[in-house]
Amino acid sequence: MIKKPFRQLAIDGDLVLKDATKEISRRLDQPTRRAFLQRSLSLGGLSLLSGCSLVDDSSVENALMTVSRFNDKVQAWLFDPNRLAPTYPDSMITRPFPFNAYYGEDEIRHVEEESYRLEVTGMVADKHAWTLAELRAMPQTDQITRHICVEGWSAIGKWGGVPFASFLRRVGADLSAQYVGFKCADDYYTSIDMPTALHPQTLLTLTYDSQPLPPRYGFPMKLRMPTKLGYKNPKHIQAIFVTNTYPGGYWEDQGYNWFGGS
Amino acid sequence: MANDTDLIHPLWVRLTHWINALAIVVLATSGWRIYDASPFFAFAIPREITLGGWLGGAIQWHFAAMWVLVGNGLIYLACNIVSGRLWRKFFPLSPRAFLADVLAAVKGRLSHVDLSHYNMVQRAAYLFVMVDSVLLVLSGLVLWKSVQFPILRELLGGYEAARREHFLAMAALVAFAAIHLLMVALVPRTLLAMIRGR
Repeated sequence: MIKKPFRQLAIDGDLVLKDATKEISRRLDQPTRRAFLQRSLSLGGLSLLSGCSLVDDSSVENALMTVSRFNDKVQAWLFDPNRLAPTYPDSMITRPFPFNAYYGEDEIRHVEEESYRLEVTGMVADKHAWTLAELRAMPQTDQITRHICVEGWSAIGKWGGVPFASFLRRVGADLSAQYVGFKCADDYYTSIDMPTALHPQTLLTLTYDSQPLPPRYGFPMKLRMPTKLGYKNPKHIQAIFVTNTYPGGYWEDQGYNWFGGS
Repeated sequence: MANDTDLIHPLWVRLTHWINALAIVVLATSGWRIYDASPFFAFAIPREITLGGWLGGAIQWHFAAMWVLVGNGLIYLACNIVSGRLWRKFFPLSPRAFLADVLAAVKGRLSHVDLSHYNMVQRAAYLFVMVDSVLLVLSGLVLWKSVQFPILRELLGGYEAARREHFLAMAALVAFAAIHLLMVALVPRTLLAMIRGR
């Protein structure tokens, strides 16, 4: 007796989700962003598997999500904290480096330098908000690495900034926490595992190609990880938080793999 | 074991064959959708024959079916080697006999009286599929985890080269499947044998 209303509720939830995602995709005119649920079974032949009912679609979707969670674990296990992504000479930088976001270039966010503060919250000792000047005063490094997009293409770019591990140590982050989450000025959000956060090539970047990070590449700052796919690298970061509660992500919540490592 | 001699395909061959067929269909059709997200040739795959609906869905299908392909493939290879079937059925390979059999096949004179005996074209084709599948898995590993498998990545010429190799290996496998299905249509008894075992 308890089950029935629960299932009814779940279906309502799906409908709400469908409506919401429909609204979003209509507004952004991007057909690729309807809910995974609606689209995961569109192939003629294989849709037979689903019987085309909502419940069956959900169970297939759940099964695929379960495998995706399993793949997170496999990737965490495969991840070698000391293995470096290949680096390249200046001559191999892709010019122009492609712009990529969940919106078009005409919607690039412009963040004001003067009023900008980086919030740091969660399992950290020092929760003060950072100015850009403070971040620039920390020891900087740069690297030329390959950015691999989930779509398959790749491009080589040069990013400079603060090694994220030294930033996390500086703010007294609990390094045994599971996740580091990011909230961005363009309403993007994502989260990563602590071992990747501490990887030597994970950079809180402030520059691109030795110039201050331009808005199209995420001014004032982007987290750059050559060990993860592009969508795991947030731009326009406004808040960083350390947590043990799974924070998800903009694309991850729609079905992209959470670990997203390479 | 006595009636094993009557069997053309033992149960494990039939099971791994059909599981593999399912995995290949899912991997190829979802892989086409992934390719469409950023095609590197001058064409895209028609959306109607792809699986997953959108990139995220296609990736979920692809990265689930890969475990089926690898697990099933390892079981197949292990059984094939341990039972001695690999050497018995697929070797020796003779280039001269291969050409003769290709010629006979084109003329429609290739004998299929004894389905338990593979002619040279079959031997070469099935061995090719085994090698091609291994290449698909290895290039796929480089695409999935290019940083974590540096030796494999360099052997295959880097991430971008691995993308093309993965695609071409897929195309070769699909071409094999098309010819394979055509042959089955010409000699339908082979389909029965792969279902019933004899």
